[in-house]
Amino acid sequence: MAFDETEYAGRSFEPAVWKRLFPFLRPFGPLLLVVLALNVVCALVDIVLPLLQRYAIDRFIVGGTTDGIGGYFLFCVGVILVQTLSVLGFTRGSMSIEMRLGRDMKRACFTHLQRLSLSYYNVTPVGYILSRVMNDTNRIAGLIAWNFFDIVWALLYVLGVLCAMALLNLRLALVVLLVVPAIAVLTVLFQSRILAWNRRVRHAHSRITGAYNEGIMGAKTSKTLVIEEQNCRDFDALTAQMQHSAVRAARLSAVYIPLVACLSSLAAAAVLVQGGLITAQGGMMIGTLSAFLSYAVGIFEPIQRLARMLADFISVQANIERVTGLLDQQPLVVDSPQVVARYGDCFHPIRENWEPIRGDIEFEDVSFRYPDGKEDVLSHFNLKIPAGTTVAIVGETGAGKSTLVNLACRFFEPTAGRILVDGRDYRERSQLWLHSSIGYVLQNPHLFSGTVMDNIRYGRLDATDEEVRAAAEAVSADTVVDKLDRGYLSDVGEGGDRLSTGEKQLISFARAVLCDPRIFVLDEATSSIDTRTEQLIQHAIERLLRGRTSFLIAHRLSTIRHADLILVVHEGRIVEQGTHEQLLRQGGRYHDLYVKQFAQEAQSRVMG
Amino acid sequence: MQNHPKAALVLRFLRGRARLLVLSLACSMLCIVLGAMTPQVIKAAVDCVLGDAPLPAGFGFLAPAVDAGVLPALLAAAATLAFLALCNALSDYVGRMALARASEGFIKAMRDALFSHIQRLPFAWHVRHQTGEIIQRCTSDVEVVRSFVVNQLTEVVRTVFMVAFYLGLMLSMNAKLSLVALVFLPIVAGYSMVFYTRIARRFRTADEAEGELTSAVQENLTGVRVVRAFGRERFEVERFDERNERFSALWIHLGRLLSYYWCIGDLITSIQIITVVCAGAYMAVAGEISLGMFLAFVSYNQSLIWPVRGLGRILSEMSKASVSIERVRYILDAQPEVEPERALTPPLDGDIRFEHVTFGYGGQDVLRDVSFTIPAGSTVGILGGTGSGKSTLVHLLDRLYDLPDGGGRITIGGVDVRDIRRSHLRRGVGLVLQEPFLFSRTVRENILAPDPQAGEDALHEAAHTACVDEAIEGFADGYDTVVGERGVTLSGGQ
Repeated sequence: MAFDETEYAGRSFEPAVWKRLFPFLRPFGPLLLVVLALNVVCALVDIVLPLLQRYAIDRFIVGGTTDGIGGYFLFCVGVILVQTLSVLGFTRGSMSIEMRLGRDMKRACFTHLQRLSLSYYNVTPVGYILSRVMNDTNRIAGLIAWNFFDIVWALLYVLGVLCAMALLNLRLALVVLLVVPAIAVLTVLFQSRILAWNRRVRHAHSRITGAYNEGIMGAKTSKTLVIEEQNCRDFDALTAQMQHSAVRAARLSAVYIPLVACLSSLAAAAVLVQGGLITAQGGMMIGTLSAFLSYAVGIFEPIQRLARMLADFISVQANIERVTGLLDQQPLVVDSPQVVARYGDCFHPIRENWEPIRGDIEFEDVSFRYPDGKEDVLSHFNLKIPAGTTVAIVGETGAGKSTLVNLACRFFEPTAGRILVDGRDYRERSQLWLHSSIGYVLQNPHLFSGTVMDNIRYGRLDATDEEVRAAAEAVSADTVVDKLDRGYLSDVGEGGDRLSTGEKQLISFARAVLCDPRIFVLDEATSSIDTRTEQLIQHAIERLLRGRTSFLIAHRLSTIRHADLILVVHEGRIVEQGTHEQLLRQGGRYHDLYVKQFAQEAQSRVMG
Repeated sequence: MQNHPKAALVLRFLRGRARLLVLSLACSMLCIVLGAMTPQVIKAAVDCVLGDAPLPAGFGFLAPAVDAGVLPALLAAAATLAFLALCNALSDYVGRMALARASEGFIKAMRDALFSHIQRLPFAWHVRHQTGEIIQRCTSDVEVVRSFVVNQLTEVVRTVFMVAFYLGLMLSMNAKLSLVALVFLPIVAGYSMVFYTRIARRFRTADEAEGELTSAVQENLTGVRVVRAFGRERFEVERFDERNERFSALWIHLGRLLSYYWCIGDLITSIQIITVVCAGAYMAVAGEISLGMFLAFVSYNQSLIWPVRGLGRILSEMSKASVSIERVRYILDAQPEVEPERALTPPLDGDIRFEHVTFGYGGQDVLRDVSFTIPAGSTVGILGGTGSGKSTLVHLLDRLYDLPDGGGRITIGGVDVRDIRRSHLRRGVGLVLQEPFLFSRTVRENILAPDPQAGEDALHEAAHTACVDEAIEGFADGYDTVVGERGVTLSGGQ
């Protein structure tokens, strides 16, 4: 799968894509119509304004009277008030549509993401998802709420002005119309080039940001390798390229904008000649000439903008595709309708129907292949894990130790065969039923921003402060908390980054303990805790695992000696199983691993 | 003077670009002057060609055309307009290009300076600061400073010039009508300035709410396993909804304020224009001004009022720049690694001695009075618990941190490491870090980073020595594989 965020580069209009927006737009139907109507009013008033000035000239100045000027003033103020209220109404309406539409789309994406299977997350970068949930929805909402109506306004205004000119004086209107094609051609010529260069500028910009990122994150490495000078030279080349692209983009605009302005002045000059002649012959009043001059200058800016706005608007198609692409992702693990009817889904669980869970797990003739894999990593695998058993899974990095746990936790489902929990196929119960009984501690512990208290309480949302403290003490996480300036109320920072990995692990341990799960999974959970702390929690773990079904994925074999069952995984397959003593006696792979690691551990303590 | 260091920072990067900036300003002023001529020409055409007033001073060149009849006169006026438009376009082009050049040069100088300064900042500084925070200063804040200097400052100068020039013209045409127009200007500018200053805080709150929302999504995505394992989907959605709601509610509220601002602004502006039109019409009827003058006056007034309204917004935005300049200055003012005057480059093959080394981070001693000697050529193992200072010893040797005075000394072959040129020392000490960092370039470039001139043989030999040659050759693109792109990831060990 490619995750390049290549930008939209011009593609045909596809109604099917736009149709996907309808469900999101439906709640705003009446409001959309109101905003549309107000935009029409605005355009009409904008068309009428030069006519007001025309009236002032022809009636008062040329007519040589000030009779009715007070009424005229009041009338103008009235027109302006109408305009003001329309602007007020449509800007408020547009803003409200923009924010609520964006909010609804974000919510739909986020809720959908909660249903997607872990297999999706395993292959999709977070940044890729994030930009769909945040940036694309923002852009769609913004362009629908503003750009669409701007286009309507500009179209109406241009058409209205053309009509007004034609009505005032057809010959003069044709003079102005002569310049319109020239501007249109210019706009088409320049617009695509300007867009292309702007794209290059954005690209250069993101490379510069990336270079800063590397220059800062890799500072230590740069220093030890003494490559600062080279980094600076590379960066210099990047900024030079940026400068080049930016100046090129600016040059195109610097030619285009004055050129259009010049053309519209030429139109005004032509109007002056033709209009002057007509006026001199008495065919037209001076006020009309002045209104024409206003129109001739005023019509070009909307035409120019119209081209840009249309291009922008069409380009939203790409954003819509990205968002709907996310919404179209199907979860791999789904509860059947019968299960949902009985046990509820992950948002609306029907807990009163949930059977209490004991923790017997049985793999029955299970075969499994990862969705993106080419061959089975498990075939016809059978294993009975009675409630309360501690199962350890060992093997080298990347050997597939997590597969069994992923299956047991129903993050993935078997491709063939079935897995029984408490004697029943776990697909007969809801995912949430199982997940609510699992305590999971990961190798890379993840904390959420918030206080230590919040994070531990994530394990059981209704736990009291005392219960949180007790859970922390049970795994010696209180030693971490004591070191923090505000104790349990200390903020752990985004992703918990104010704590070290070891500290985060202890907190996540406490979180799992608080959940009081029937099934415990420790995924290399003690690998980043120093030896002394590890001993501290080793006892806690043993105490806690008693009576619970548990899976220990371990790198350090010393931590799993007391497991009831040890599975040795090699190249995705289970090659040995038994207790520590049995496996050592067999003298197979486990024996080799154990001996090798014993030596390695001794070595790493020395080098550490 | 409090602003002095900030001004110094701006001037430092403007050096060499001031001329371009002045040129661009001069061009835009010329555009204003040329633009002001257009209504004068129309006025002359209306009053003298269509009416029978005498030609005003400066328009003598039109006299033969006016005498020749209506059509030649109109053509001459139109030709003048076209000529003015052409000059205007040319001057506009030159001004825009000069501004773009100045702007891009300015920001390039600033980016380069920041990057190379950051490269030279001591390691301790990097440890103290968060990457995201520094990057933000190098990107968004730099952009704000650029926009301040290149767009806002020039825009203010332009607007002030324009107001002065147009007002001068209007006053010279008719003082009374000018006063009518003038009364509104402070109201328009002041109104938008007050509004934008007051709303700035709300913009910040709304931006922060967006940040919170983004990080809520991000945390949910990175912590998806935890969410699933604890079955917390509903809790997550509720938490997300709450922030999503807050974010959109803040913006809707902000939007409401902006709507009021826009339309009240529009209202004042339009009333000003109508007032000037009516007053002008009244005076024209009374014979105080001519019809052409009325047209010119109305047209000046309209081109004047919008920039004045923009001025308020720009002035309030300029206050943001002060904060950004300060944030950029914070980085540039940090003390980089300095070399002693006569840094030594001795051979690094002698004994290494730690003599009474005492060192700590932020007040807490990690090493206290540590002394030992490592004879040249020996292999030494260092062991100890987490945080006991194993890495610190090596960091001090490589001068990632420097020993403070009175903290003892470290010598190689009898030379204090603090007297050795850093680059020389670090080239001589091959340090493999616990958390290795690869640059997102090709494998070849990563390995050859210390010495880009090294040949193919050296590359293969280095890879072989580190036992990664087989793994690298297993990649589709071999040594030209780009690290971290399209799923090519290396394990920690590799």
